[in-house]
Amino acid sequence: MGNAVEVENLSKKYHIGERGRERMVREAIVKYFKSLFQRGRNEAIWALRDVSFSIRQGEVLGIVGRNGAGKSTLLKILSRITYPTSGTIKVNGRVASLLEVGTGFHEELTGRENIYLNGSILGMRRREIESRMDQIVAFSGVEQFLETPIKRYSSGMRLRLGFAVAAHLDADVMLVDEVLAVGDAEFQKKCLSAMDNLSESGRTVLFVSHNMEAVENLCERAIWIDDGIVRQDGPAREIIQNYLSTFAGAGENRYDLAVLDRKVGNGDVRFTGIAFLEPDGTEKTLIRCGDPLVVRLHFEAKQCIRSPHFAFELFTEFGTKVTSLNTWASGFEIPLIPRGRGHVDLEIPSLNIVDGRYYISLWAASAGNLWYDRLDHCAYLDVTASDFYHSGRAMTSQHYGLVLLPCTWKAGAMCDDMAHCQEGDFFPDSHRRFAV
Amino acid sequence: MRAEVLREFWDYRELFFFLVWKDVKVRYKQTLLGASWAVIQPFFTMVVFTLFFGKLANMPSDGIPYPIFSYSALVPWTYFSGALSLAGNSLVNNTNLLTKVYFPRVAIPASAVMCGLVDFLIAFTVLLAMMVYYGMPLRWDLLLWPVLVLPLMFLALGLGMVLAALNVRYRDIKHAIPFAVQMLLFLTPIIYPTSIVPERFRSLAALNPLVGIIEAFRATVVPSRHIDWQLLGMSVAVSFCVFVIGLLYFRSAERQFADVI
Repeated sequence: MGNAVEVENLSKKYHIGERGRERMVREAIVKYFKSLFQRGRNEAIWALRDVSFSIRQGEVLGIVGRNGAGKSTLLKILSRITYPTSGTIKVNGRVASLLEVGTGFHEELTGRENIYLNGSILGMRRREIESRMDQIVAFSGVEQFLETPIKRYSSGMRLRLGFAVAAHLDADVMLVDEVLAVGDAEFQKKCLSAMDNLSESGRTVLFVSHNMEAVENLCERAIWIDDGIVRQDGPAREIIQNYLSTFAGAGENRYDLAVLDRKVGNGDVRFTGIAFLEPDGTEKTLIRCGDPLVVRLHFEAKQCIRSPHFAFELFTEFGTKVTSLNTWASGFEIPLIPRGRGHVDLEIPSLNIVDGRYYISLWAASAGNLWYDRLDHCAYLDVTASDFYHSGRAMTSQHYGLVLLPCTWKAGAMCDDMAHCQEGDFFPDSHRRFAV
Repeated sequence: MRAEVLREFWDYRELFFFLVWKDVKVRYKQTLLGASWAVIQPFFTMVVFTLFFGKLANMPSDGIPYPIFSYSALVPWTYFSGALSLAGNSLVNNTNLLTKVYFPRVAIPASAVMCGLVDFLIAFTVLLAMMVYYGMPLRWDLLLWPVLVLPLMFLALGLGMVLAALNVRYRDIKHAIPFAVQMLLFLTPIIYPTSIVPERFRSLAALNPLVGIIEAFRATVVPSRHIDWQLLGMSVAVSFCVFVIGLLYFRSAERQFADVI
């Protein structure tokens, strides 16, 4: 079989200041006159540089990389939403891109109307939408509310409706961005199995995700994009391992943060590292739920900074923010940090979260909302299950939610002596039932 | 290359249909008065104009009742000004479509221009009712309205595409649109008949393609007048030129939309 997608020497340049800002004619005129008198600075960043790869027909390819590495840009170029600065793309067959669930949904329209609208925006023909309407509705699970405007839907219902449409797209090449990063675990499973069906039906899928488990399960091959270039291309498992190994600088409990690219922050204070320690200051090798933990944030200040604030935020693998621990919220004031290297310690007496991998985001800012530095998902924290309630049972994420709250149970009326109960008080097989 | 572009437009015709359908649907949902908005706007403008210009200023009205005189021009004008504003803001109002999915970008301003046609049709039937009320003869010429609206669409779309593309880059364009629309209202014979424009300015005024088109609309209701085909022809030609220029500019700018917006 031939190649479904061929990408050759793809590059994309952005001019700084081109994005994310509303500009006015007035500014353009001022800029023009300024440019007459001084040589304009032409700052550009390359979001992608000389990216080449191909995808065979029916292959499921995963794209991994840090935030800002160029994954989304690549996906947008392949979807023809934006154009490359140079290079060529050849795609054989019909392309559908899923960069978002429910693109174009309109609040005032009903569920059914939005299925038509969203379906046609994603490239479905009206006949296709009509013939798949029943399946779409069944998949979404919002049958009863089909004639209700979606402004009355919960966010979960909207998501299910959007994904139901997407799951019934019929294209030769599917470009899928992190759409699974939202929603509850059950819904994510449904989405993953829908995606699995996609790949089994012989469609070519390009899948971008931060969820390494999903990439490993779905993709046989992966490409690791780093700083706009293809760092590695090969079997998914191997690529993911190599990619994840860069998160840990020396060992799993120390990270070198100085090397990461920043999108936000003026750089007056920059995080250089993070370390997980025991309360006595020694390195922590195993982090279990309920353990005390000291997080040491190393930073470097370009100059003397007055009352900076620091934050340590935890996210689940699915992107849910678990907590944001910061000096501002805690009312902790640091009057001044001197120029040069320094650190702050965050002491968590008991890490009350279930086992699993948590991503860490950090920020440093002034009291006046000026960002010094911000790093999203720059490191991770692996928490191991433990006997948190000292019951002899391990509290695992499968059954115990996300947070373990310290608690005690008390019963209102309790027979501690069998003598108070009579034979007939028991169901005949009550013991057996509990034994199961 | 050109054939490819046309084929692509054809491939995306259903999406275009759904975009128009959405705009029309949303327009009449969640509004207290629903479809009557289509009539309220030109009708009450006509009432105000009749009061101030017809009664107080004694504006000549080509020998027909001033309400009919102004309303017959206000219906196409309301369509045009609405279509122009909607199209001019259409890209900015659909940012999420631009940044999340591909389709020929022209579909966005084009669907904005189509959406007002429903209003136009409703307002037109009110015109017929008004003419019956004033005892005016309904001439066959009135059947030309659906044809005359075509150059108006092309003109609105041509200007709308330029404004929409500029709006993506410079956000103060959206403040300029209502101002430009207001200026055009006075540069077009809506309140006044062309007959009060001094002869030497008329050829200059004819450069405004709205003059010929609006005059043609009005000529279909005035019993004593016939469409000035020469003037209309010129206006149609200018409208079409504006459309072509607008389309070319839009196509050259659209590669940047997703990056700049």
